Amino acid sequence: MGYLSVIVLLPLAAVAARSMDGGLDAFWRAVSGAEAVAALKLTVIVSLIVAALNAVTGTLIAWVLVRDDFRGKRQISALIDLPFALPTIVAGLTLLALYGPRSPLHVDVSFTRVGIAMALLFVTLPFVVRSVQPVLLTLEPEAEEAAASLGAKPRQVFRRIVLPSIAPAILSGAGLAFARAVGEFGSIVLLSGNRPFRTEVASVFIYGRIQSDDITGAAAVSIVLLLVSLAVLIGIGLFGRRAVRDEE
Amino acid sequence: MRNRLALRTLALGYLAVLLLVPVGFVFYRTFEHGVSAAFDAVTTPAATHAFWLTIELVAIAVPLNTIFGVVMAIALVRGRFRGRSIVSAFIDLPLALSPVVIGLALILVWGTKGWFGQWFVDNGLQIIFSFPGLLLATIFVSLPFVVRETVPVLREIGTEQEEAAQTLGARPFQTFWRVTLPAIRWGVAYGVILTTARALGEFGAVSVVSGHLAGSTETLTLHVEDRYEAFDLTGAYAAAALLALIAVATLVSMTLLRRRRGDVGWASS
Repeated sequence: MGYLSVIVLLPLAAVAARSMDGGLDAFWRAVSGAEAVAALKLTVIVSLIVAALNAVTGTLIAWVLVRDDFRGKRQISALIDLPFALPTIVAGLTLLALYGPRSPLHVDVSFTRVGIAMALLFVTLPFVVRSVQPVLLTLEPEAEEAAASLGAKPRQVFRRIVLPSIAPAILSGAGLAFARAVGEFGSIVLLSGNRPFRTEVASVFIYGRIQSDDITGAAAVSIVLLLVSLAVLIGIGLFGRRAVRDEE
Repeated sequence: MRNRLALRTLALGYLAVLLLVPVGFVFYRTFEHGVSAAFDAVTTPAATHAFWLTIELVAIAVPLNTIFGVVMAIALVRGRFRGRSIVSAFIDLPLALSPVVIGLALILVWGTKGWFGQWFVDNGLQIIFSFPGLLLATIFVSLPFVVRETVPVLREIGTEQEEAAQTLGARPFQTFWRVTLPAIRWGVAYGVILTTARALGEFGAVSVVSGHLAGSTETLTLHVEDRYEAFDLTGAYAAAALLALIAVATLVSMTLLRRRRGDVGWASS
């Protein structure tokens, strides 16, 4: 308990206290500055897009890994966790090597918002796959086969039979991916160029404030960032509890 | 059938473009100028120091978090105290925080202008921009994993065997050592692997508290960035490839352990 307090709680209390150092006025001025607003807006919008894309691609990958059968499937399934195991700075460098200024494919997404989205897609890849995959495994394929034999088209089978059962898992996976994307730093820092108003995300903005010794400003934006990801996580928690109750 | 093939191609194509080809390409770039060039790049004094510093941090942070994780998991599952759900939420907090915010939080407490930092400096211990700061950051970010992996296993095994042991006269410590620990060992092991991976790979939080002194407070991940910024691409790719190799090793042990535990999902919280 003491360990938890010293390691986690005390520092967080310090951030909250520091963000209010100059009173509410100073807090508001720090988070409503044009550069801070631009960074926060960019972060939330890109994270939303990334979460939505993940919902589609993650479901697709999970479906292929569960219902399809091909050689090397097990290895592919294990590889899904690679972004969790790979240090974020390595993830950023990896994308930069192939899709950066010295790209052998002549595709250069560095210093663009597309690059940021790609980095976020890379680091959040496992969330939706790993939350949908176990649910799909427990679904009996019989219901799908029955629907298909009664003349339902594949799209109908998916929308009417499969989707309703996996929707909660997709949502919670996408929510986790969003929370992760909002705070992401390591994979973006090399790739985004960090140009204020264009490619500067919130975590990079905070980092810049710390470097230029504007600690109160950094703390204020940190609190906003923290509230955004907490709101999402609490939302997932409530949603999950309701889903469980509905099933009972 | 055609549909199925199209979906498979789409899914694997996405994985290839986003994940497999880029990671493969880093290895290609690393060994482009031969194995010896790559070997030289990871054995420069700065790289070697960064490697050992990272290992030291892991060697301290992981055991501490493992002991804390097991004790905390037992308290959360077996204990009867108020506010358990709040404590549990606080343990998950490091997962929801931006690493940069974690670094900032540590500066505010332990930095020279922070709450306690000056007192420690006066007593001869600098925390931020020095080893203790890096250690605190590493412990912070890798804190939740052992707890999260051990709690579900503890719930699953129930209390019957522990009660039986106690009835037969085992002391609490004996019960833990002979009954509880063997039952939860795979869950703990899985948590330890996740903790290690996170501790090795942390970048944002250590970047804020490090001060970036090559050969002194530069961890392996910081070294990758430093080499890249200095246009030493061979050095950056080689250090990155080393970290990626460790990540792949982590992945293999994760897969093996999961097979042992017999489930497919990730982080069964």
